[in-house]
Amino acid sequence: MWKDKAMRLLMLSAASTSIFLVALIFIFLVKEAAPFALKPGLDALFDRQWIPVSFVQERYGILPLVTGSALVTGLSMLFTIPLSVLGAIYIAEIASPVEREILKPFIELLASIPSVVLGFFGLVVLAPLIKSLFGLGTGLSALTGALLLTLMAIPTVITLSEDAIMSVPRAYKDASRALGASDLQTIFQVIIPAALPGIIAAIMLGVGRVVGETMAVLMVTGNSALMTWSPLAPVRTMTATIAAEMGEVSFGSLHYQALFWIGLVLLAVTFLLNIIAQRVLVRYGMMK
Amino acid sequence: MIIKKIVPWLAVLLLLLQTSCDSGQKEASKGEAGSEAGSQKAISIKGSDTMVHLTSSWAEQYMGQHPDAQISVTGGGSGTGIAALLNGTTDICASSREIQGKEKELAAQKKIDLVEYAVARDGLAIIVNPANPVVDLSMEQLRKIFIGEYTNWKDMGGPALPIIVLSRESSSGTFVFFQEHVLKKADYTPKARLLAGTSALVQSVASDKGAIAYVGLAFALEAKATVKMVGVKSADDAAAVMPSDETVRAGHYPVARPLYLYTNGTSSPEAKAFVDFCLSEAGQKIVTETGYISIK
Repeated sequence: MWKDKAMRLLMLSAASTSIFLVALIFIFLVKEAAPFALKPGLDALFDRQWIPVSFVQERYGILPLVTGSALVTGLSMLFTIPLSVLGAIYIAEIASPVEREILKPFIELLASIPSVVLGFFGLVVLAPLIKSLFGLGTGLSALTGALLLTLMAIPTVITLSEDAIMSVPRAYKDASRALGASDLQTIFQVIIPAALPGIIAAIMLGVGRVVGETMAVLMVTGNSALMTWSPLAPVRTMTATIAAEMGEVSFGSLHYQALFWIGLVLLAVTFLLNIIAQRVLVRYGMMK
Repeated sequence: MIIKKIVPWLAVLLLLLQTSCDSGQKEASKGEAGSEAGSQKAISIKGSDTMVHLTSSWAEQYMGQHPDAQISVTGGGSGTGIAALLNGTTDICASSREIQGKEKELAAQKKIDLVEYAVARDGLAIIVNPANPVVDLSMEQLRKIFIGEYTNWKDMGGPALPIIVLSRESSSGTFVFFQEHVLKKADYTPKARLLAGTSALVQSVASDKGAIAYVGLAFALEAKATVKMVGVKSADDAAAVMPSDETVRAGHYPVARPLYLYTNGTSSPEAKAFVDFCLSEAGQKIVTETGYISIK
């Protein structure tokens, strides 16, 4: 009997390790970031400029970094959503088994390309392309970053959307057909609406993936902390800022604490996206 | 069935463990033997990307002369190196700028006794695209370009072409030095694109017509084929001076700076021995050979 209990305990602890780790990471972030709230106070984070190294006045406003991340993410979703949703519909509903066997491994392959490699590709191939396409001085811009992120988000969104579409009960399709609907009508008026919560959740998780991506955007977005909504302007994202500056700061300095605040904001955003995705799925009965 | 599948994997795992233990033991025993012979412990040098060439050449030569010595060299930027020295994660910090007041305070708090050695000099070359007809710029023009007051090359008598300001990341000592001495402590224009590393700067300048950037003289000379150096005038009515060994050593070229090594004074005799080597005649000869300018 005690063996069963011991085994149960062992498995329980293995299963809850990740909860423990998430809590630990969160506590650590808060602990390192907290002193900033006392001095110079949280309103310093709402400055419109991020100038961590200055002889005049250091400024730790994370707004330009938030808008930078938002711009790159938004743009990449503009490309990701149509591409992935249409792709998922094709794979789930239209493709022959042979086509599916060819398409799926390649999509998975795309997911497994290391982001540094993609970043390198962006720097050498995509940036010059964008430069000559729009007649810019340099191709290091938000758009270039967004296109790279699209490549990274597509596998996530396609795979999850496809699952959602596949899980629409066969009976819906048969009923629609029996009523005389064409294939297209069935797909767009029956299957997609039924799979929509799953597709939305897939998009949310894709956004989470894109917001947290670091290396590729660090390499191609130009990293200027500008508050802008122009796709062709250089932007500095939250992740790139942490990656580029964490190495330089001395522990415990204001700059260090400000970087931890960025980390907290990022964590909060991805956490929120995950929760929303889960909620949508549960609400519409696609996940128990 | 399952057991049959697992067994080979287990065997592989065991084998791996075995070999890693073996090598661990070997290293350990080597270390012991070394310490009996009165050998040196490993030293780490961290900091300035500008100086990586130099410090690694020094380290190589030094290890050649002292077979027991183990020196590891990493870059990351002067700020990174100084932070590492203050956090106690490196023995020697290479820095292309002086340690600042705030960092000194932190060092005092952490009871670190900073010792500074000026070990070489370096000129900062201002590079532009070869297609750019501008041949010289004054310090004042440079300042206005990098703080964003001038945004078009026609302000400098060049073509009507927007200026693309490129800079190193803020962890770079070159970033801070340039800010202090050329920008007169003003902030960079927020539009400046911050690139990670000198080679990214050179590559962007080579491909973007309106680009301007600053890089260490050694790097600019190496990339002579793809980028153009411009002369710098210390005042608007002064003659333009091109960066070179002679002009930097003679103090004629205005954008030049000393390069430093910092140690924690109380830490290790090994680090001191290495710094002494860098300052010796042999060490200074390497400075010249690697494209920097010796202090003597």
